[in-house]
Amino acid sequence: MLEKGEASSLEITEAFLDRLNRHNDTLKAFITITGDLACRQAREADARRKGKEQCSPLSGIPIALKDNICVKGVRCTCGSRILEQFHPPYNAGVTERLIRDGAVIAGKTNMDEFAMGSSTENSAFFTTKNPWDLTRVPGGSSGGSAAAVAASLIPCALGSDTGGSVRLPAAFCGITGLKPTYGLISRYGLVAYASSLDQIGILSRDVRDCAIILNTIAGHDKRDSTSAQISGTDYIKSIQAPVRDIRIGIPAEFFLESLDPSIAGVIESALEIFRSLGITTVPVSLPHIGYSLASYYIIAPAEASSNLARYDGTRYGYREAGHDDIVSMCRASRRHGFGAETKRRIMLGTYTLSAGYYDAYYLKAQKIRTLIRRDFERAFLQCDVIAAPTSPGTAFRIGENTDDPLKMYLADIFTVSLNLAGLPGLVIPCGSSEGLPVGLQFLGRAFGEETLLSIGHTFQRETSFHRERPPLFDGA
Amino acid sequence: MLESITAFQGEELRQHYREYQMSTSKECIEVNYETVIGLEVHVELLTESKLFCRCGTRFGSPPNTQICPVCLGLPGVLPTVNRKAVEYLIRTGLALNCRIASLSKFDRKNYFYPDMPKNFQISQYDLPLALEGMLKITVNDGEKCVGIKRIHLEEDTGKSIHKGTIDASLYTLEDYNRAGVPLMEIVTEPDISTPEEASLFLQSLRTILQWIEVSDCRMEEGSLRCDANISIRLPGAELGTKVEVKNMNSFKSVRDALEYEEKRQRNMQNKSEPIIQETRGWDEQKSITIPMRSKETENDYRYFPEPDLLPLQIDDAWCEAVKSGLPELPGARKNRFINQYGLSCYDADCLTSQRFMSEFFEKSCTLHPSPKVICNWLMGDVARYLKDSSTSLEDSRLTPEGLAELCSLIDKGVISGKIGKTILEETAATGKSPEKLVREHGLFQISDEHELTAVIDEVIAEQPKAREDFMKGNEKTLGFLVGQVMKKTKGKANPEAVNRLLRERLTGR
Repeated sequence: MLEKGEASSLEITEAFLDRLNRHNDTLKAFITITGDLACRQAREADARRKGKEQCSPLSGIPIALKDNICVKGVRCTCGSRILEQFHPPYNAGVTERLIRDGAVIAGKTNMDEFAMGSSTENSAFFTTKNPWDLTRVPGGSSGGSAAAVAASLIPCALGSDTGGSVRLPAAFCGITGLKPTYGLISRYGLVAYASSLDQIGILSRDVRDCAIILNTIAGHDKRDSTSAQISGTDYIKSIQAPVRDIRIGIPAEFFLESLDPSIAGVIESALEIFRSLGITTVPVSLPHIGYSLASYYIIAPAEASSNLARYDGTRYGYREAGHDDIVSMCRASRRHGFGAETKRRIMLGTYTLSAGYYDAYYLKAQKIRTLIRRDFERAFLQCDVIAAPTSPGTAFRIGENTDDPLKMYLADIFTVSLNLAGLPGLVIPCGSSEGLPVGLQFLGRAFGEETLLSIGHTFQRETSFHRERPPLFDGA
Repeated sequence: MLESITAFQGEELRQHYREYQMSTSKECIEVNYETVIGLEVHVELLTESKLFCRCGTRFGSPPNTQICPVCLGLPGVLPTVNRKAVEYLIRTGLALNCRIASLSKFDRKNYFYPDMPKNFQISQYDLPLALEGMLKITVNDGEKCVGIKRIHLEEDTGKSIHKGTIDASLYTLEDYNRAGVPLMEIVTEPDISTPEEASLFLQSLRTILQWIEVSDCRMEEGSLRCDANISIRLPGAELGTKVEVKNMNSFKSVRDALEYEEKRQRNMQNKSEPIIQETRGWDEQKSITIPMRSKETENDYRYFPEPDLLPLQIDDAWCEAVKSGLPELPGARKNRFINQYGLSCYDADCLTSQRFMSEFFEKSCTLHPSPKVICNWLMGDVARYLKDSSTSLEDSRLTPEGLAELCSLIDKGVISGKIGKTILEETAATGKSPEKLVREHGLFQISDEHELTAVIDEVIAEQPKAREDFMKGNEKTLGFLVGQVMKKTKGKANPEAVNRLLRERLTGR
């Protein structure tokens, strides 16, 4: 519409802002709506388009950012009390790139506190609702971004994925979600949860939109030492690549009895579609995958315990009043500034890094990580992508798992291995079970985003699951 | 008796020793304890920017003016390694005969302190950049090698200002200018045997670090800080319980603190009281060490690899490049000075105590090839002048050209050595060339015999008594008469000529 000049960016932005303001009270997807900023950016985008400047396809398009990605001057809470009033004085690497390409930043979305969770129930502010069923969670931790895109409050959003936090909500909300290879997207300005696992990801309505955003945000950033020296790939072009020669690996370890049979059925019929297109599926094995969840819940909390140490009320963020010495001020600020799950993980991590336990926990978990990475390397000798479910079940009810952290952690069982191996993953909607979306997950080789996107795009050309809208939000 | 004691270890040893003491309690036996000292030296690197961001590192800037989101540890920021800092560490490692690790990494050292913005310090734990080196120091009875266990790179903390202690203070002010400044920690082997040696080691270390221009090593500004581990033992026994001593802010306080601690530990042993493993702080005012914390209350730093930084890979080419960029080091230069210029060991040692001084010396020598003369000037009158005017060779306006010119003016007999000393002071103060000064003040030496004879005759006529005394055989009077001639000529007379001519006139020969 924009390119054809049928509508201006300002009109589109205002339409989305209107929809967003009307529905956010129900959905609770946004923590902060940046209406003024969005309108200003939309006007600038319109001016550029009028000036016949060469524009990125993203120019003038509204986008939402998970509330752990810094936008200069816009508060960045990370879903936490402790950062409730934190306004970063700088832009994240991805924010700079979005602004460079003319994207319109419409707001910051809800999340589990510091991205620790699978449901957004750990947000210090409110729980985001699943647009398909308001009594259910949208998945997490990027639940606000996923719900907003699914309910068409925003065309696309960024999230972050440390153990599945982009892919799980994408699956629960029936949209497309990409977790790129570790290092493809700068983490500069992404508030760290677990540095060696964190990666910014994309939530969008389809693979093509995903590719457009990836074109903008992928690439080297010298401020992030772990950022890869890769640039210049045109992902929009790559989605058109032929997929006939691609072999899809099916790992037995991901299709056990514990998988909800109705989900297994949906995934099987999706795979059947690929077979009907002449794509072969081959059985592969990932023998150490069973240890990934345990390994993840050692490494992530360990890194988090250190990353979150800086929130002590001294320099910025929540400081509890009424303490006359610095030690008790720090203690109280942390005690009341962090939520229960965050404190649980800080304690877990502090424990596993302690003298005498380091070798037994952290070091062993790192070794398992290497084994898992090798599993994938071996599997990718036999196939080009691996297909898997995203979660053992569909979106669960709000409150259903909150009393049982372990059960909550199990929601990540099919996603964490990818973060441990640093590989890319794409989730696309592939059907539903009892009215709730089911996501098909593709796991790729390191920097194999092009293959993932082309296979995802092929599926979306053949099917219409990605066009289904939650009935509650289907109208204006 | 002592030999049998050494067969015992630890607590057993102590028990045995107590009995031994009791059995000999009447006669007070001096037990020869050995002192074992190891140092941990923190040195701020002279890089222009911080270790993990691009903020400046200038000392003494107004509080919190050299800060950015990265060194403030704001949410979402990431560190990137300053290549120059790594290079400086490699340079130091090579200068201290270390092995440079081809693979090294950064780790997080976790502890809470308000002057640490992230509440962890990025440091190096088990894979330091440089290891297994040594530094030779000159001690009374020759040379001694002190092993360098490791050198690693880490970030400095900010600075806390409390009123009193952190617990009692009503407020704490933080200055983060220093947070993130590159710091290297140099850890020695426990090879140092006396507080004197510890001080000598530090001085040699400072010389070499200043020499290779990686740090200005100003202890008073905190760019060189030293902690020490000290224990005592009976000769040949296992290492005793060590005590860590902190808060030593000068070379003198390192020596004083260690001397105090050595004595304290000996007294404890002699009284059969156990030495506790603890950290003690040096109290400069009271000249004592006081307990800071015991081993039990020490932090568990929960080290783990820094996930935001890739491991450091140092290839041979880089090492070689750094190596070829190293200047000749003090030890080598000292030996060369002895061989090439025939200097004494002492002179060569002094001249190589500073790179600037040694280069000054060599440059002067090329312009006026009398090394011994140049050396004497540098170590005598130049040193005296610098001391009296409390300046340094670098800050004074004396140049090698100036010194060489001065020496050759004396050598050629244009001025006397005595005049030379006044010229030196003026040259050093004003930067004017000695030749110009001699001309300006008309200080040319008078060597013309007619001119001198006229003055000498004047003096002899004025001093009949002295003349008589000399004739009676009192040789000393000659000196007095020479002095009178010098006085009349304002020191410009050539002393040798005056001597000769006076004798001739007096004796009539």
